[in-house]
Amino acid sequence: MATTKTLTQRIAHDWLPVMVVLLAVVLAWYGAAWGMNAQGAIERVLDEEAGYTQMELFEATMTMERPLVPAPHQVAADFYESLTEWPIDSPRNLIYHVIVTGQSTLLGFAMGTALGLLLSVLIVHSRTLDKALLPWIVASQTVPVLAIAPIVLVVLGSLGFAGTAPKAFIAMYLCFFPVTVAMVQGLRSPQKIETEMMYTYAASRWQSLWLLRLPAALPFLFPALRVGVAAGLVGAMVAELPTGAQAGLGARLLTGSYYGQTTQIWSALVMSALLGLALTGIVAGVERLVLRSRGAK
Amino acid sequence: MSDTAAIETVATGVAPWFWPGIVLLALVAGYSVYRMAAIQGRSWVGMATAALFGAWVVLFWEILVRALDVPRVLLPAPSLVLGALWDHAPKLWGDFVQTVGKAVLIGWALGCGLGFCVAVAIDRMPFLQRGLLPVASLTSAIPLVGVAPIAVMWFGFDWPSKAAVVVLMTFFPMLVSTLAGLQAAGKLERELMYSYAASYPRTLLALRLPAALPFIFGALKVNATLALIGAIVAEFFGSPTAGLGFRISTEAARMNMPLVWGAIVVAAVTGSVAYALLVALERRAAFWHPSVREG
Repeated sequence: MATTKTLTQRIAHDWLPVMVVLLAVVLAWYGAAWGMNAQGAIERVLDEEAGYTQMELFEATMTMERPLVPAPHQVAADFYESLTEWPIDSPRNLIYHVIVTGQSTLLGFAMGTALGLLLSVLIVHSRTLDKALLPWIVASQTVPVLAIAPIVLVVLGSLGFAGTAPKAFIAMYLCFFPVTVAMVQGLRSPQKIETEMMYTYAASRWQSLWLLRLPAALPFLFPALRVGVAAGLVGAMVAELPTGAQAGLGARLLTGSYYGQTTQIWSALVMSALLGLALTGIVAGVERLVLRSRGAK
Repeated sequence: MSDTAAIETVATGVAPWFWPGIVLLALVAGYSVYRMAAIQGRSWVGMATAALFGAWVVLFWEILVRALDVPRVLLPAPSLVLGALWDHAPKLWGDFVQTVGKAVLIGWALGCGLGFCVAVAIDRMPFLQRGLLPVASLTSAIPLVGVAPIAVMWFGFDWPSKAAVVVLMTFFPMLVSTLAGLQAAGKLERELMYSYAASYPRTLLALRLPAALPFIFGALKVNATLALIGAIVAEFFGSPTAGLGFRISTEAARMNMPLVWGAIVVAAVTGSVAYALLVALERRAAFWHPSVREG
């Protein structure tokens, strides 16, 4: 059905609703900026005794120095400024923070995926581990990792790890869970008849893992990876909070919050949203390539 | 003191039989867990095996930390954590009430309730659904916990700002899951309802909401953890003098690790109990569904 749509139909069917929703969001944002900043604008910017028109009030709410809600164009201006007016290695440039956070996210994502794959293979092949370990893996996620972040940083710091490694470790803790759970499910997804066929071929455990179970688990793996990379980004950002880290999107949020730089908080948020979308987009792209090369539509 | 010196003191600090003893104990532990897991056909085996495994881990933790004299700033022994839990019980209870009783519970209920209502509302409007669903799924890639500093600015230091973060974090997963769940009723069943001339609310109540239950419970379970994380992280950005996140960040700064671990234990137990309660509720409410029946 989806493949036979013409371009105009696709625009009307798929894109128009999204555009309308996004437009509504921007309008609501402007409305909120107007409404919530009005009080502050009257107190700080406008001269109450001389009187002011509604137009002046509106203009004042849109251009305030430290607004309660910065207007979209203010955030966009701050965003653009930080990208163009400072060199990339300056802490005033958001790209610099993206690189710092992105590094620990990706390192943690790689480690978490590796750990998740290893655990799931072990669990699928061992009844003991299945019974003894899997419940604890589930329980481990009810521990708010971010709570452990400060401790992990202290422990790893005293063992001589600093910088990217401790943050990546926390990102890993968040990444491995979705991968483990989805892969346990995926590795068990081949039907009985298929595993029995491998048995009649006298295939070794290793062969049936490699030739049957892993390919069958791929459709389970990729959605988990998308969740994992997003969770890893949250982990990396939060790990930057309690350490007083100087660089990274989380640190940028915290300094913005300390110094009341509202617009800076918002543009850091926008940047982290973009980073999250880019990371999941990359995973989705890899998924499409891999599944297509395996003959999926 | 250099690192090598530290290692030497550790190496000379234990009796010569210590490491063989540990290996022997590890073999006993492994074998006991293995035998426990091999018991067939009893419903309690799963729980008991996990509990046994956990008990061994805690025992090894205690032994190793004590024998190797690990500084308690790095890793306090479980007995110390228990002691901190006991000594600071009133304080931790206050933190629990502040974080879980107010921020998490209210935020979670509001976020999930709103997500559910909006999902049912836009289910009737295909245009809105096509527009909102992609946007809502995209938000799963966005680190929403980052709005915490803004929430603190808007709603103050106390629990409403934390609840606001929790609402935002739990709203979208609930929305997306409920919408997916409402689509889960099969075509055959829907046509049956149509042939009965059932009205839209009737179809919703009798067929589609029940069919959506596993999705809804999935979101409720995920959101329980998310809500806890959101509230704790939001407390890093500013909090009155109570709250699990506040306790963790201040006591970690004072290197009082047993109490930090005590707060973590409280959070972990809370999360696990919430999860278990929701699973039990799901078994009650969706007992007929294959995903529950098989499990």
